[in-house]
Amino acid sequence: MDRLRTQRIRESVIEKALLLCALASILTTIGIVLVLIFETFSFFEEVPILEFLTGTTWAPMYQPQHFGVLPLINGTLMIAVGAAVIAIPLGIASAVYLSEYSSPKVRQTVKPVLEILAGIPTVVYGYFAISFITPLIRVFVPDANIFNAASASIVVGIMILPMISSLSEDAMRSVPRALREGAYALGSTRFEVSTKIVLPAALSGILASFVLAISRAVGETMAVTLAAGATPKMTLNFFESIQTMTAYIVQVSLGDTPLGSIEYKTIFAVGMVLFAMTLLMNIISMWIKERYREVYS
Amino acid sequence: MRRIKGKVFEYLCLAATVAALLLLALLLLDAWIKGAGWLSLRFLDSFPSRFPEQAGIKSALWGSVWLMLLTAIISIPLGVGAAVYLEEYADRTWLTKIIEINISNLAGVPSIVYGILGLALFVRGLMLGRSLLAGALTMALLILPIIIISSQEAIRAVPSSIREASYALGATKWQTVKYHVLPAALPGILTGNILALSRAMGEAAPLIMIGALTFIAFTPSSPLDPFTALPIQIFNWASRPKEEFQYLAAAAILVLLALLLAMNAAAIIIRNKYQKYIKW
Repeated sequence: MDRLRTQRIRESVIEKALLLCALASILTTIGIVLVLIFETFSFFEEVPILEFLTGTTWAPMYQPQHFGVLPLINGTLMIAVGAAVIAIPLGIASAVYLSEYSSPKVRQTVKPVLEILAGIPTVVYGYFAISFITPLIRVFVPDANIFNAASASIVVGIMILPMISSLSEDAMRSVPRALREGAYALGSTRFEVSTKIVLPAALSGILASFVLAISRAVGETMAVTLAAGATPKMTLNFFESIQTMTAYIVQVSLGDTPLGSIEYKTIFAVGMVLFAMTLLMNIISMWIKERYREVYS
Repeated sequence: MRRIKGKVFEYLCLAATVAALLLLALLLLDAWIKGAGWLSLRFLDSFPSRFPEQAGIKSALWGSVWLMLLTAIISIPLGVGAAVYLEEYADRTWLTKIIEINISNLAGVPSIVYGILGLALFVRGLMLGRSLLAGALTMALLILPIIIISSQEAIRAVPSSIREASYALGATKWQTVKYHVLPAALPGILTGNILALSRAMGEAAPLIMIGALTFIAFTPSSPLDPFTALPIQIFNWASRPKEEFQYLAAAAILVLLALLLAMNAAAIIIRNKYQKYIKW
């Protein structure tokens, strides 16, 4: 009887311990949100929230200080848009090729190679940008700054390409065969099947992959820190030096910023904007996938 | 006409795929051409230096190894434990639903935000300073969602007949998990964990946030020592204007990519080896 009791106790202790492991992830989220909110509030005690959200000059390191976050958001969005312009057409075209045209053997070799591309550390992409892409850009646009948004956009585009390609291909391959065969039976060519049957049917998965990839580009840090520069400004010129939110956070933490100073608190305020933007995009991506999913039985 | 349009489309799609592969080749080739000449045993066994000819990655290499070991020790038990709970114990209640939504959201949080958390919580809050332990705790939180999701998939792939046979013989839930589910899911769990660690191996942003970018000319000897790591050393060298440092960065990139390749190869070998033995 005694043995049974110890066994029962052990079972319930183990279950509680495992539950604690699962709760660690919740605690992480709570930790992130609390840390960001706490320091951001103390930042807003010194800087009015309206100035932060609508100001067009970001200069916390110089006198007179300015705390308008818009230049950093502008820089971040430039990189995201530039990366999307490169990655979306290439990603979707390679997904169509792998899903609709290639032989299974080609697909089985190409897909893992694309996944290698996705596994390369971002600091390596940053190196690639300054050692290869930037010099190349300056051949064609001689007066481009040595740090410029174009170079960073291109490598971030390369970085998110495998994600779009792989997720879109999954979405296309889950379109049932019968749909394709129905279209072929009506005399469609492969091009028509791809563009008029498969793409529309897989649209929710494809759009979700776009949003997810852009969210990744917004949060990208090392490549943009190395290649895009450290000059926050309101510009749309891709050949100028800019600064993203992530690059600013890195810049501050590279210096020796005293704890509790206003510069230290800017990390958290900017981090909060970054966190909110990526979270929103991830939720939108999930919502698109759920809301517009075509269900086949 | 429709034929031609179809052919053009096919070649465009093929060109996009080839372009993606060429970019990968170009990236590797660029690092190889610039860095290979700088690779040597002396490079692996020297500390960083102001003089490019004398600089090496000894402290970065050892820092990365320490960091990976500590990260693995912290994150694997937590992650696998969470996965076991979610797959084997949890009822489908609101709590498990929240946990799962939360995990998939955490997987999308930018790595630098984890760095901010690590800075506030571990470096300042727990007063761990800019130590290996603070870095490993931050990295562990970063890869936890990946470990949980991949372990869940591995556990889910174990057929329920195995569990039912165990219960029928009078085993308790934990005995079933310990002696049947976990061993059967082990190859999948290992593969997922190695891939998650290889993600942590290449991350630089969270480490910079917690202040690991300093000149370190010694190898760490305890978890509370300050440290540097390979991606940080690469960032440091790549951000210097002098050309020789660019070559050093390229050489360090080759070492980092070789280590990542070895980890990925190990993961694939484990998966293939056990796939042959385990057939449900």
